[in-house]
Amino acid sequence: MNIPEHAAKALLEDAGIPVPAGIVADSPQGAARAAARLGPVMVKAQIPAGGRGKSGGVQPASTPAEAHAVARSLLGSRISRHRVTGVLVEERVPVAQELYAAVLNHPAGPARRVVLSERGGVDIEETARTDPGSIRTLDLDPRTGLRPEAARRLVARAGVDAAAPAVADALLRMARLHRDSDAQLLEINPLALTDAGGVVALDCKLVIDGAAAARRQSLAAVAAPEPLTELERAARELGLQFVELGGEVGVLANGAGLTMTTMDVIVHLGGRPANFLEIGGDAYTKARPALEIVLAQPGLRSLVVNFCGAFARTDVMVDGLTEAWTELQPDVPAFFTIDGTGAAEARRMLEERLGLEPYPTMDQAITAAVRAAQQDAA
Amino acid sequence: MIVRGHERVMVQGITGRQATYWTARMQECGTRITAGVSPRKAGIIHCGVPVFGSVREAAEGAPPDVSVLFVPPMSVKPAALDAVAAGVPKLVILTEHVPVQDAMHVIAAAREAGTEMVGPNTAGLVTPGESSVGFMPAFDPSIFRPGRVGVVSRSGSLGTLACLNIVRAGLGQSAFIGIGGDPVLGTRTRAALEVLERDDRTEAVVLIGEIGGDMEEDAAGYVLEMSKPVVAFVAGRASPPDRRMGHAGAIFQGDRGSYASKRQALEGAGAVVLDTPSGIGPALASMEESDGIR
Repeated sequence: MNIPEHAAKALLEDAGIPVPAGIVADSPQGAARAAARLGPVMVKAQIPAGGRGKSGGVQPASTPAEAHAVARSLLGSRISRHRVTGVLVEERVPVAQELYAAVLNHPAGPARRVVLSERGGVDIEETARTDPGSIRTLDLDPRTGLRPEAARRLVARAGVDAAAPAVADALLRMARLHRDSDAQLLEINPLALTDAGGVVALDCKLVIDGAAAARRQSLAAVAAPEPLTELERAARELGLQFVELGGEVGVLANGAGLTMTTMDVIVHLGGRPANFLEIGGDAYTKARPALEIVLAQPGLRSLVVNFCGAFARTDVMVDGLTEAWTELQPDVPAFFTIDGTGAAEARRMLEERLGLEPYPTMDQAITAAVRAAQQDAA
Repeated sequence: MIVRGHERVMVQGITGRQATYWTARMQECGTRITAGVSPRKAGIIHCGVPVFGSVREAAEGAPPDVSVLFVPPMSVKPAALDAVAAGVPKLVILTEHVPVQDAMHVIAAAREAGTEMVGPNTAGLVTPGESSVGFMPAFDPSIFRPGRVGVVSRSGSLGTLACLNIVRAGLGQSAFIGIGGDPVLGTRTRAALEVLERDDRTEAVVLIGEIGGDMEEDAAGYVLEMSKPVVAFVAGRASPPDRRMGHAGAIFQGDRGSYASKRQALEGAGAVVLDTPSGIGPALASMEESDGIR
């Protein structure tokens, strides 16, 4: 879950980390009013994507009229896959130096990792390549937090002199916020040093672990909506992982690994997958809505149903699927493979209800589905 | 981690619907289930074994060798810490959607206590003919039979397909190690390969990876040192970048994590990387001719 910048900054402020004064606007007029209150400002598109500055999503405005013009150009535009529906109008802060500070989950430890660099700003990825020595890390025992001593030692290595206490304090507060919000990533780039020896968070990226949504409901409520197609949104509401890909061969499989593999082999055998849709895990009882979603895709010419049951019982999946198939009577040819948990019963149901026999191997079913899609096209 | 037939297995959350179904399946495979845990149903007999209120209580008689968790996501941390504190040497966490910080906490506690752990979000462990812990179809002889091929997989469904292809080639498995589909895991790919390299019964290894994270790249460094041949398939070649594909782990992270990065690393280390899982059988069969894998 991506938390928009303005909401993340509100959390930083609550956590005691200074942020610039800012106002969210969803219209050019609102942006102009905000600029009238704040003076010279930055106008920042509120989208959950990196590289925003480089793609023109952040622009200065010295007057309300300029803020109006900038907001008008940004609102409604698209930056990467995201449509801009709001801008953050923020006071401009004089900056002495830009640092990079982050707390993130490091799977190889595993550990919560604190990262600090004295060379922050938009080129941090470049810095990571050219000057990795300037990126300093500290791994925390996941059971404890960042200790003040450790924070001070880390900051001492970054050579920020007079601002060191303020930076160390910000890191401690970031580590606590990262833990208490079940964050995967809390990144402040830049963490600016002010002339007065303080710090201010000029930008903030906060990504919350989706698995923790149930216990972080206030965060889930402010998370940026994912840019989904209408059908993807419908699938999400049914609890299905579905991604439209635009090809002709539909995919219905269980488990993320097997579903991705089905797509891979479709491409390998010369076809184009229409979608990713998996009904494994807890979703294996949802064969019927899953089928409806797949069939609703325009341009679908054939369908691969690839079940290899471990936890997901193929008998349960085929039961739901064949019932829905009988009712919906789709005119798309379907090509099945069925193995694993419940396979004997599942194959019997498929034969009895639809008069279909599964292909002996996945590659054979996919070959047939790709051929059917190509014939249909010709 | 490899499970053995003599090991006693405890099921945490045994009275749930899925746990009840899969405990019976595990028992069919010969797994020695000796106890269950269910805080609200302590004292009953379920699936033919006594149910206790906690692992600590259950362990007072005779601590199990393995505990497998069929508990809801938010209960994983306390349940796993209960097992670690009770001195259970092996932990299998099947649950999907466990908060990452909980997983990290459990892994740190397990390491300190010397408890081995696989998961979260694993389909479990199988040693054909001996024991199955989790929800792999170990009872199906078209998918699992005793042999000499060790399998490491992030995915349960794709691991099942790999095992099916091994049996179709006339071979069998020495061990299946499901490491799990989450980004943070108790046993990462490399550690699972180390286990199979040390295992006397394993003569060749099938590695099933996925895009996202850097486990395959990390494991490739070890493949280079292994004495046993490695056949690999990495899922996700056709997946668009930056889209979440169900597993939290399947997100691109810079260059590392992409299909190309993983394939290049594994091939560079001498692994045979296949375009389709159907190639697993033939690749192993050709090694069988030269190296005598059964």
